[in-house]
Amino acid sequence: MLEIGILFPSVLNGLTTGAVYALVALGLTLIYGVLHIINFAHGAALMVALYAVYLLKTQFGIDPYLALVIVVPGMFVFGYALQRGIINRAGHGKDENILLVTLGIAIVLENLALLVFKSDTRSIETGYTLSTVAIGPAIIALPKLLAFGGALAASALLLLILTRTDLGRAIRAVAKEKHGAKLMGIDVEHVYAMCFGIGLACVGAAACFLLPAYYVNPQVGAGFVAVAFTIVVLGGMGSFVGALVGGLLIGVVESLSGLFLGESLGQIGIFAVFIAVLLFRPQGLFGARL
Amino acid sequence: MTDAIRIAGFALVIGALTLAIDSGVWLTFIMMALYAALLALSWNMLGGFGGQFSFGHAAFFGSGAYVQAIAQLSVGWNAWLALAAALAVAAGVGAFIGALTFRYGLKGSYFALVTLAFAEVMRILAVSVGFTGGGVGLMLAPSESFANMQFASRKGYIGLVLALVVAALLVTAWLRHSRFGAQLQAVRDNEDAARAIGVGAWSVKVGAITLSAAFMGAGGAFYVQVFQYIDPALVFGPASSVEALVAAIVGGMGTLWGPVLGAAVLHLLAELTRNLFGQLPGLNMIVYGCVLVLIVMFVPNGLSGVGRSVRDGWRARRG
Repeated sequence: MLEIGILFPSVLNGLTTGAVYALVALGLTLIYGVLHIINFAHGAALMVALYAVYLLKTQFGIDPYLALVIVVPGMFVFGYALQRGIINRAGHGKDENILLVTLGIAIVLENLALLVFKSDTRSIETGYTLSTVAIGPAIIALPKLLAFGGALAASALLLLILTRTDLGRAIRAVAKEKHGAKLMGIDVEHVYAMCFGIGLACVGAAACFLLPAYYVNPQVGAGFVAVAFTIVVLGGMGSFVGALVGGLLIGVVESLSGLFLGESLGQIGIFAVFIAVLLFRPQGLFGARL
Repeated sequence: MTDAIRIAGFALVIGALTLAIDSGVWLTFIMMALYAALLALSWNMLGGFGGQFSFGHAAFFGSGAYVQAIAQLSVGWNAWLALAAALAVAAGVGAFIGALTFRYGLKGSYFALVTLAFAEVMRILAVSVGFTGGGVGLMLAPSESFANMQFASRKGYIGLVLALVVAALLVTAWLRHSRFGAQLQAVRDNEDAARAIGVGAWSVKVGAITLSAAFMGAGGAFYVQVFQYIDPALVFGPASSVEALVAAIVGGMGTLWGPVLGAAVLHLLAELTRNLFGQLPGLNMIVYGCVLVLIVMFVPNGLSGVGRSVRDGWRARRG
C-alpha cells in the first residue's frame, strides 16, 4: 500500500514544479487571451532567458535571484520589440502567418543558441544548489521551494497588474472587444506589444527561479512549451486563475504519474489529462473569461 | 480534366529529369523535395481544403513509419504489403482522432493543440511499449530488391515517391472538383452555413482527415524505406508536422500546386543554406528561419498566389 510518506513528498515536489509551469503558462495564456495567437516561440524565449541567467552567473557572478531585476525587464523589452517589430508586421493579421512567424523566430533563436553555446547541457553552481528543507516527512530542495514561492509571488503580481491598473484594464478591454477598445482611444498595437512583453517577462522570471535547480541547452524550451499548452487549455484559454491552478495541478499529475507509471511514462499523464479536458470540457476548468 | 493533364505533364517532366540526371546530389534533392511535397500535399487536404489546422500530423507519419517497419521485421510481410498496411493504419488513426475531436466540436487552436497532444502521446507510447523497439528504435535490414522496396539507385526511390505524389495530386484535384471537395470547402468557409444547407460537417471532416492521414502515413513508410532506421522522436516528434504545414502554408493553402511549390522552394532554401553555411552548426537554420519570416512578411498569401497575381497582371496588360 502506498502511504502518505511516499505520496506527500511526491505531491509537494509536483507543486514546486507546477508553480514554475504556471508562470510559463501565464505568459502564454496572456498572449493567447489577448492576441489570440499560439506563440510557438514561447519555449525558445524561455531558453533565451535561461541562457541570460546562465551568462549573468558565469560571466559576472550575479546570483540567479538577483538576476531577476535584469532578466525580467530585458525579456519584457525583447518581447515588446519582437511583437511590434516582427510578428505584427509579418503576420498580416492572419492566424496561419502568425503561426509561421513565431515558428520562424523559434527556429532562429534555438539555432542561435546552438551556434553560440553548442548543444552542451549546462547548469550553474550556487551555494544553495544542494541545500534541502524538511517539510513534515518530505525533504525538498531549497531552490525548488524558492521557485515555488517566487512563481506564486510573480503570478500574484501579474494578476494585480491586470486587475488594478489602467494598463490591465486596457489589456482586458482589448481582449474582449478590440474595435470597441480602439474607439475608446486605446492604442491596440501598444497593448498587443505590452502583452507580448509581459508574457516574455513571465518567462524571464520563470528562468531565474528555474536555473538554480535545472539546466539549459538549446532544446530545453520544447518540453516546457508542450506542458504550458496543456496548462493553458486545462485552465481555459485566456484565464489567468486557470493557468495558475492548472499549472499546479499538472505539476502534481506529472509527479504522481511518474511515481505510479515510472519515469518514461510519466509525461503521458499530462497528455491524458490534456486530451480528456479538450474532449469533455474544451472551455477548460475556468472557462475563457479574462 | 486540365488538372489531370497538368499532373501527367508534371510526372513526365520529373520522370524525364530523373532519367537524364546522374548527379547523386541532384537526385537526392529531387527525392527529398518530392517527399516534402507529399507531406505538404497531405497536410493541405485537411488544413488547406478543410480549414482544420493540425499540428500533429506526426501522429499519422509515425504510425505509417512504424507499421511499415514492424510489418516487415516482426510479421515478415513483403514491403509492398507493408505499405498497404501502413496506409490503412495511418488512415485508421486519422479517422479515430478525427472522429473523436470533431465529435466534440473542436476547431481552431483547440484542434491544433489536441492533434499535437495525440502525436506526443504516441511518441511516449512508442518509447514505452515493447513491439516498437522502445527508445532504441527499429532498423531495416538492408537488402536491395524490388520486393523489399529497396533500390540501388536514388532513381528507384524517386519513382516510388513520385507515384505517391501523383496520387496525392490526383486526390487534391478531385477535392477541387468533386461534390465531397465542395462540401469540405463549404465547411471550411462557414461551417454553420454548410450545415444549414444539409452538409454533414462531421463526416466530411472525418473523411478529409482520413485521406490526409493515409498520405501522411505513406510519407512515413517512404521515410523508413529510404533511411531504414526510425525511433520515436524521429517519426513522432514535431519535425514532420512542422515540415508538412510550413511547406503547405508557404506554398499556398487550398491550392493544387502550392504545396509542391512550397516544398520545392523550402527544400532548395534548406539545401542552399546547408551548403553555404553548413560549417557552423545552427547557422544554416538561422538563415532558414529568417527567410521563412521574410517570405511570410512579403508573400502573405503563399507563393502560388504570387504566380497567380503576376499572371493576372500580365493578362490585364495584354488584354
